[in-house]
Order: sequence, then C-alpha cells, then structure tokens
Amino acid sequence: MGEKVLMKGNEALAEAAIQAGCRYFFGYPITPQNEIPEYMSRRLPEVGGVYLQAESEVASINMVFGGAGTGERVMTSSSSPGISLMSEGISYIAGAELPCVIMNIVRGGPGLGGILPAQSDYFQATRGGGHGDYRLLVLSPSTVQEAVDLTMEAFDLAEIYRNPVMILGDGFMGQMMEAVEFKTAPEKKLPDKRDRAVGYKEWRGKRALVKSLYLDPDALEAHNKKLQAKYELMADRETRFETYLLEGADYVVTAYGTTARIARSAVKQLRDEGFPVGMIRPITVFPFPYAPFAGLGSQVKAVLSVEMSCGQMVDDVKIGVAGKVPVSFFGRVGGIAPTVDEIVNAIRGLQV
Amino acid sequence: MKETQIFERPRSMADVVTHYCPGCTHGVAHRLVAEAIDELGIQDRTVGVAPVGCAVFIYNYIDTDMYEAAHGRAPAVASACKRIRPDLTVFTYQGDGDLASIGLAEVVHAANRGENITVIFINNAIYGMTGGQMAPTTLMGQKATTCPFGREAKANGYPMRVAEMLATLAAPGYVARVSLAKPKFILEAKKAVRKAFETQLAGKGFSLVEMLSTCPTNWGMRPVEATDWLVEQMIPYYPLGEFKVPE
Repeated sequence: MGEKVLMKGNEALAEAAIQAGCRYFFGYPITPQNEIPEYMSRRLPEVGGVYLQAESEVASINMVFGGAGTGERVMTSSSSPGISLMSEGISYIAGAELPCVIMNIVRGGPGLGGILPAQSDYFQATRGGGHGDYRLLVLSPSTVQEAVDLTMEAFDLAEIYRNPVMILGDGFMGQMMEAVEFKTAPEKKLPDKRDRAVGYKEWRGKRALVKSLYLDPDALEAHNKKLQAKYELMADRETRFETYLLEGADYVVTAYGTTARIARSAVKQLRDEGFPVGMIRPITVFPFPYAPFAGLGSQVKAVLSVEMSCGQMVDDVKIGVAGKVPVSFFGRVGGIAPTVDEIVNAIRGLQV
Repeated sequence: MKETQIFERPRSMADVVTHYCPGCTHGVAHRLVAEAIDELGIQDRTVGVAPVGCAVFIYNYIDTDMYEAAHGRAPAVASACKRIRPDLTVFTYQGDGDLASIGLAEVVHAANRGENITVIFINNAIYGMTGGQMAPTTLMGQKATTCPFGREAKANGYPMRVAEMLATLAAPGYVARVSLAKPKFILEAKKAVRKAFETQLAGKGFSLVEMLSTCPTNWGMRPVEATDWLVEQMIPYYPLGEFKVPE
C-alpha cells in the first residue's frame, strides 16, 4: 500500500478486481477491453482462481450466473455490442438476485459502430438493459484511480444488495495509462454466502434454488416489489456525486466519466476568467444524483449536459431540475471526445 | 403375513404431484437421475441446472441444490459452477429445443472443453412447453405446428443427431443414447445415467446421455401409441448405444 504504479486502465481494473477478492472471470474478446481478460488469464492462476474464455458473451454472462450462484466473487468485462448480447443474462442475474461485477468499456454504436470511446450505452446501463423491471448499480469513474477505488468497493456492493454492479467506463479509460495506488476499501458488513449459495446444503439443512421464474402472478408481483424496494434502498444509501466550483454559479455543467475531466478543465478556465460556472459530476448514474440538480439555487440560469453520446444523461438531468431550469446539451460521438474549447464555447452559448 | 417394501420413492425425489402429461417420459427420466444420485450417495453435494421448457420444473422434483437457467444456457451455468466447486456433482437436464437449437453452442463448447459435468438430454423430437413446434430433432415427414405438412429437407434440413456429433470431439468422456419407451430400454437407460455420473465422479470429463422420449400430447397420440411410435420411428433414425466411453 502507498506505492503508486503506472498502469493501463484496463489492467488496473483487472488488478483491482483481484485485490477485491474476485477469483473467477468469464469473458469473450472484444476491443477496447481485451487487456482485462488478458490480464486475468495471467494473474488468476497465480492467486488460485479460474480464468475461462467463453464461446460468446451469451455464454460468458451465463457462466457469471452459474459462478455467482456459488457465492464466490465473479465478474466479466466487455464492450457495448458484447453487453447487448449479455443483456438477457444480466436480467436473469438481477431476477435471481445474484451478486456480480460487470465492466463495460464503452465504444461507439449503434450496431458494430466503432472501436473508439463513447458514452452511448447510458440508457442501456441505467435503465437495466435487458427485459423486465430491474436496475443495475452503475458506477462511472472518471479517472483510472477512481476506477480502481470503485472496483474495490463494487464487489462488496454487489453482495450487500445481491445485485449486479456495473463499472461504466469508456475506451479512453481502458486504454490510457495513469499512476494508481491500490488502497484497501473500507470494510463493510457482508451477508453470509452460505445462506443462499449452492453447495452448502448440509450446512444450511435445506437446498438452494437459484431462479427467476415465478409463474404465480401474485408471487411475481411480490418479487418485483421486493426488487424495487431494494433499488430505492440503493438510491438512499449509494447515490454519489461530486460538485466543482458550484458556489455562486449561474451556469452549471454536468458530465460523467472521462468527459467530466474535459468539462472540468473548461469550467476551471471560465472561472479563472470570472465566468460564474460550476459543475456536478455524477459518480453513480444509477442511482442518479437527482438531489443536487433539484437543489440548484434560483440564480442558476441553465444546465448543460456534456456527453460522448447524442444526449442520454440529459433526460436524467431534466428529471432532476424538474422544469425549473432550462437544460441544454452538447455532445460528440463516433469516438470523438469534446475538446475544452468546444465545451467553453457551449457554456458561453448558454448566455441569453 | 410379513410385508416387505421392495419399491419406494428415491430419497432425491421430492414428494410432490407431477405436472407432466399422461404418457410423458420426463417423470421416468427424473426418476433415473434421482436413483443414480441416491445410489452414489451424493444428494447433499449435487447441483442440477434446469432448462427452459416443460422440464424447467425439474427443480420442483429433484431434491438437490438447483439453478434455473436461461433458455439453452444450462451448460454455461454448470461449467462455471463446476469450475468453482469441483467437489460438487453438477448436471444439466435439457430438452431438444433448449439443447439442440438455442443452446447448441453452449453444449458443444462445454463438451469440447471437457467440462466435468453431466448432461441429460431429452430428445422427444418436438417443442413441448410452447405447444408442439418443430425441433431440430423432429423427424423427416413428422408434423408439428410449425411444419404442418411434415418436416421436409428443403425447408428445414435433417434431424440432428446430437450424441454422434458430440462423440466426434476429443474431450468428452461418455456419450450415449438410450430410450425410455419400454421397461427393457429403461433398465439400459438407468445404467447409462449411472455411468455418466460415475464418469464425472472419476474426473473423466464431459458426459451426456441422450434419452429418446415421448410427447403424446404434442405428437397427438395416446400414451401407448406414443411409445410404439418412438420404437418404430425414432430408434431407426437415432440408434441406441454408447458412442464414447471413458478409457
């Protein structure tokens, strides 16, 4: 501890997962996240774990389902088209209330799209992605260090809520190198896996049944209500965001992930010039931090959402401000990141 | 007169009412699995994976730890469970729509990796739960709700012989096809199920038992007619036997 190492984002994510106790990885190659499975295939055997390359993303996520049912810490990683393929399985995992971690190193779409960074999977990540009323706990780091820190916590959160946790990154984060430090996450009280996992029938005195099928309508409604109560609990306890120079701001920029780093530079530059702008950076995008938007002062004239998408988070921002403040959007797509100058111009453009 | 009990419910089978149709052989197949688990004394460390289809409710009948998997994905679920907990005995139970159609990639790759799991494959040449649609295993000329004039090669290709196909792979330990049509076949089937689980317990890799089964409801037959049809029509196309045995 305490030592900083220079690591590529994808490899840092993989190492963080191992240090968080993950010993089982199931995945399928896809750019730009291949360094995660490659790193896992080298490291997991060293720590007594299992790396298994599946025949598809469909198989990968169902291996995660099977692995999570044993109560051990399991994960997969992929990028946008691969996450689409996994969506059915993620729905089953959410329905069966199994813990796991899924990393999405987002690339541009739709379809095969491209292999360059994007944030165009926001709807998919924050609204569940697959069929049925379910949500993931979605953590969206903006630096490699934050990605490491959140990954360290992600496995605990998955176990506490018995829910899939997604690390929503992007191709920049996966491919860039930064100095990182691996810190031990604060200890949390975790449920005993033997209460529900397979393989403990003798210990528990009754069998485990890992399933998402409820043919009885009352039972299925009750199951859904239980899940919704869990998501509300997540919203109460786990919503995270960061503000930057928000005090006295007449204009507010919001961005998450890598885009937030660029937006931060734009905000800093304008503030140095005396332009009253601040920033809200969501760290969890589900649950979304609606409160800081709802609580914006009456002096705030406009909110600008900056994204590497055609405008997806902007919907949540609108829910947050509830019509009290006009919400604008600026974005670049196709693997192109907005520049500081472009964001500065977009912020200046908010002035009536 | 002293009474001696010579037949009872296997311990690994739950005491519940069946939902299967009259003349359906799922109940026989379930019983063979439960008997093997009892005989090998592995009830407390066995994990089953249920398919999507009529047999999804195997989790109500077999009294072991159970998963209910997504359609076709049982071998992927089982592979991960077994890799993480090699001390457990892991089996999947899948129909022909589940295994030979939507889940073909999962079973082929689990077999090809030599996953040390056991697959019970129910081939009744039709989709049961959804109401009698054509399966990859539907026989030539056989009518189904989605091939109302009978299966023809030009539109649908030929019935897939799963056991033979998997036996071409290097990794599997045991691959066999049995029939559940008549008592003499069922006795052979029982031996095959036991061998499959023994293969896993000996760590000799992937094992699969394909069971030719009846579906009188969707075949539009009485139970007795269905067993005759299985013997007369299915066995000639799907020969019984062991295609791969552990060395």
